This record gives sequence, structure tokens and C-alpha cells, in this order.
Amino acid sequence: MNYDLSEEHALLRRTVREFAEQRIAPVAEELDREHRFPYEIVAELAELGLMGIPIPEEYGGSGGDTLGYALSIEELTRIDSSVAITVAAHTSLGTMPILLYGSEEQKRKWLPDLASGRKLGAFGLTEPDAGSDAGAAQTRADLRDGHWVVNGSKIFITNAGTDISGCVTIAARTSADEVSNVIVPNGTPGYDISAPLEKMGWNASDTRELSFVDCTVPEGNLLGPRGQGFRQFLEILDGGRISVAAMGVGLAQGAYEQALGYAREREQFGRPIAKLQAVSFKLADMATEIEAGRQLVYKAAWLKDQGRPFGQEAAMAKLYTGILSNRVVNEALQIHGGYGYMEEYPIARFYRDQKVLEIGEGTNEVQRMVIARHLGL
Amino acid sequence: MLAPVKVAVCMKEVPAAAAPKRIDPGTKRLDRSVEGALNDFDTHALEEALRLKDSAAETEVVVVSMAPERASESLRKALAMGADRVVLVSDEAAAGSDLVATTAVLAAALERESPDLTLFGQQAGDADGAVLWAAIADRLRLPMISQAASLELQDGKVRSKRQTEFGYDVLEAPLPCVVAVSDAINDPRYPSLKGIMGAKKKPQDVVSLADLGVEPGRAGEAGSRTAVLALAEPPSRGDSRRIEDDGGSAATEILSYLTERKLL
Repeated sequence: MNYDLSEEHALLRRTVREFAEQRIAPVAEELDREHRFPYEIVAELAELGLMGIPIPEEYGGSGGDTLGYALSIEELTRIDSSVAITVAAHTSLGTMPILLYGSEEQKRKWLPDLASGRKLGAFGLTEPDAGSDAGAAQTRADLRDGHWVVNGSKIFITNAGTDISGCVTIAARTSADEVSNVIVPNGTPGYDISAPLEKMGWNASDTRELSFVDCTVPEGNLLGPRGQGFRQFLEILDGGRISVAAMGVGLAQGAYEQALGYAREREQFGRPIAKLQAVSFKLADMATEIEAGRQLVYKAAWLKDQGRPFGQEAAMAKLYTGILSNRVVNEALQIHGGYGYMEEYPIARFYRDQKVLEIGEGTNEVQRMVIARHLGL
Repeated sequence: MLAPVKVAVCMKEVPAAAAPKRIDPGTKRLDRSVEGALNDFDTHALEEALRLKDSAAETEVVVVSMAPERASESLRKALAMGADRVVLVSDEAAAGSDLVATTAVLAAALERESPDLTLFGQQAGDADGAVLWAAIADRLRLPMISQAASLELQDGKVRSKRQTEFGYDVLEAPLPCVVAVSDAINDPRYPSLKGIMGAKKKPQDVVSLADLGVEPGRAGEAGSRTAVLALAEPPSRGDSRRIEDDGGSAATEILSYLTERKLL
């Protein structure tokens, strides 16, 4: 056993932490309030190689591993969830399917722009009537004269509608009993993107509804063998869960640190409230649970980096950190009292940003289904 | 493109911003067992060296430091940012060096490297010392420019704007020379992920005083010309007045306090 991070991982964590504190923290509140996509920050992250952490260098990525990716997402979320989900959705959902299932030609065509962060990638799975039951997707792709003709709609899609969005990989029915994944480039006639959806949190991230009306892409945009879409997206979601779980740890860590700082400074009854057992016990519980959640996330990332099965651990990490971040942010706001309910402290933003961690990329209930299946139930 | 040069950047490890700062009452030295980081001021010097390297690829950037061996972890950041190698002078006998002893050691390390240009940050973030660069230039008998707010290399010369209270002096010095940059000269880059992963492959040489030919008596406490006799807390300000806010009254009270004393 070795619980120490390697020197590279430790330096990466410090670097992302410094970047987040120095470059993101000063603008996070404004981006959230104005619902403004963080183009400048994405460009800087791209410069540092953080828009393609686990993508091999030969395709324009940084050639890092899953643990380094998880550490980076954790540190970004400690400061700003909107930026973190932009990176996580782009990497795990937008770029990974092409790396895992793309032909050499598709990889050469799409990955250099995506992995370098010049373009953003999106993944379109959820539909208005197909959420947890993703296999019930109704969007169709019909093969006609060497082209896929796509009809249908997708909802809650991250990164599809920015000025730098390059493509979306969508899950579509290619026959009555067959799902396949197809790449649809932005700008394709018949591919319409809604105005940004109004959300409770993640306000600086890009979330859209997509509609496809006789949207026609070349037959070669099919990702991997026809009919493999279901298996592919389950595998994609397995990996994506590690980054969303890292977000849970990062959000909880950020909320905890804010509560700790506030409790040390805020005086009531003649002393800092941190000296009150009612408050110090809350902080002790938070620190304990965060540490437990972090170990689950790192273990899932480590398993993936070892090339070993990680689906069960990823689902456990996602479930646990989703619930833990809810508890932690709730208590962290409680410690702030009335000030916590005001938008002048970041904790209110953290509170709004948290809930979706129990919904996106598989609800808590779906994680339990996945874990139960791994248990042979 | 500029002619390639060899640039040495002197960098210090200081306690990380978030680490507790403590002076050991026994040794009267700063407790350096806490998490360390590169002195922020020195990262501006490194950034300036890396910009020279960006415009002339053959330029070699060597980081020179004197510290306990564990500082190599902090110094790895300099390699990740783009420095070519690190020379770390690490020796038990160097512990407790004052300015005189430190310059004896660093000057010897710099003489061994014989760079065209030696860069310093303006000050140390821990002890706030801001004379090391002057003392090094004196020992090496080299011209020196301090508070450099810009730096250009041309025809074997450095041209620099020196920040003053009233504007800038434009100064020129022939190479080799020593320049201490101001922290306004640039925004240091963050290490990229590729830089971080490549840093381990770059050389970090740990050298002893003997390697540099420095007699142990010239370094550490033995080589120091100053001694810390006593430490004391700064005296508390007895004349301070605390203004409590009562529904927005504090601002008015502060304003009238300052106005009374003609400070506004």
C-alpha cells in the first residue's frame, strides 16, 4: 500500500489548485451571476493541457492518467463547479467516445482539436422521455444513400452550444432494436441547438436541448460497429462517474473549508463559533466523510489506470460523494447562518451547484442499480 | 531570434503560503520542516529566463538554489515550468547561513556554472531580505541592475527599465551581469501538464560544499558574520481604538476620525 501521491500527481494538484484560486476564484461569482460561459478560463486550461488530460499525446492530449484527471477535476470543483463540469463533460463524455471507439481516421479528424481544447465535445444521450432509462431513447438515425438521417431530440446536454463546440456524439436508434452512436458536427443543417437552459446551479456551464430534423451526416460518422451504442455509452458513463465523483469530493472540500474559515472568525456568545461543540462536531464529521469519499474516488481512478474492472467502484464513488456533498454543503451553509443564505458568500453558489451531482451522469438510484447488478442481484 | 545564452536563476524555497510560520526558539531559525514552495518573487525571475528561452530555443536555463535536500520537490516546479536543470547546494554545514555565508556558497555555485546572465527575484518572501543579489554581484565583481521592470538582450548587453519612485531609469549592462527583477515584470506561467510529467526526466544535481570547493568554515553559522541574539513579538499597539459597527455607524465614525486628523 502507498497512500502518497507521486511527485507528478502532487505537483499537478498544487498547480490546478493555484490556477483555480488565482484565475477562477476572482471571477466565479460574476460568471455565475451573469450565466456567462468561461471562454477565457477554458482557453487558459487548454494552454496548460488540462482540456485533454487522459488523452494520448499523439492525438493532441497530455497523456496523463485517470488519477491525475480526477485530482484536477476535484481541485477545480473546490473553487467552481461550472468550470469543472465543462472540463469533465468535455473530457469524459465529449472526447472519450471518439478515443475509445473511433476509427483511426475519426480520431485523427476530431481528437487533436478536442484534446487540445480548441474545440469542445458533447455527448447526447438523455432525451425528454428517456433519462434513467437511457435505452429507451427514441432519436432515430436512418441510413439513406450513404448518409445517416437523424430525427429526434436530446436534453440537458453540456457543451453543445458554445462558440467553440465542435461536435456531439449522440445515441440513436439505427433500427427498432439497435442503438448506435453517431457523431454530428456543429453547424450541420437540421441540427438545432436551443437557447441555454435556465438551471438552479452550474450557471456558467453550457446546457442545451438539441433537436434533429432530417439532419444528415456521412455514413462514416458512425462510431464503432453498428448496434454497439448501448454497450458503448454504458462504458462511457462508467468512466464519467469517476470525474463526477471527483466533483463531489471537490465541492464538499470547498464547502467545508469555507465553513471552517467562517466558524473560526464568526463570534457569538463571546467566542468563535468553531469553539461550540455543535459546530465543531459538524466540521469533524465533514472532514471524516470527505476523507472517506476521496479514498473511494482515488481507488476507482487507480483501478481504471491499472486496466482493471472499475465500474462497481466508480458507481460507489459517485453515489457516496453525491450524498456526502449534499450533507456537507447543507451543514456548511448552516454554519454560515443567515450570511450563508446571501449570495455574498460563495457557499450559496456551492449549495445551488451541489444538487445535480446526485442526478447527472446517473442518479443516486441508478448508481444503486449499477452497484446491485455488480453484486449479482 | 536572439543569440542563445546561459541564464542562471537563483531561487529560494520558502514555507508555503498556507503552511504555519514558526521560528524555532532554540535555533532562532525559521522552521523549514513545514510544506515548502518556491519563493513567489523568484518565479518572476524564472519566467523572464523562460521568455528568453522561448525566443532563442538554445538558451539554457539553470536554477541554482541552496536549501535542505527536500527542497528538490519545490524546485521540481521550476523544471515543470520549463527550466532545463537544477543545481541544489545542500549541505548540513550550510544550515544557518546568514547573508555573508549564503553569498559565499551561491557565488561558488554560480562561478562553477559561469552563466551569461544571473537572475534574482526582488526579495525573499519569508525573511523579506532584498540584498542577496547585490552581495552576489559584488562577490562576483559583476555589473548589477535591480528592480528591473523589463529586460532585453541585445548584442551581448542587457537593457532594462529600473522601476523607481518617479518613473523608470533605462539601464544597460554588458554580459555577464546580475539582474534582480521586480515582481511587476511579468506574470509567471503555470506549469503545463506535459511540463509536470517531463520534469522528472530533467537533471537535478545535488552538490555539497566540498563539490564547490567551499571550506565548511565559510558557510553556515561558522561562516556567518551576524548572529541572532534574541527574538521578540512585535510590541502591541496600545493606542489603537476599536470602532464597533451599529447599523452602519462605523463608516461615519471612521470618516470623522480621519477628517479630524486631516488624513483625508
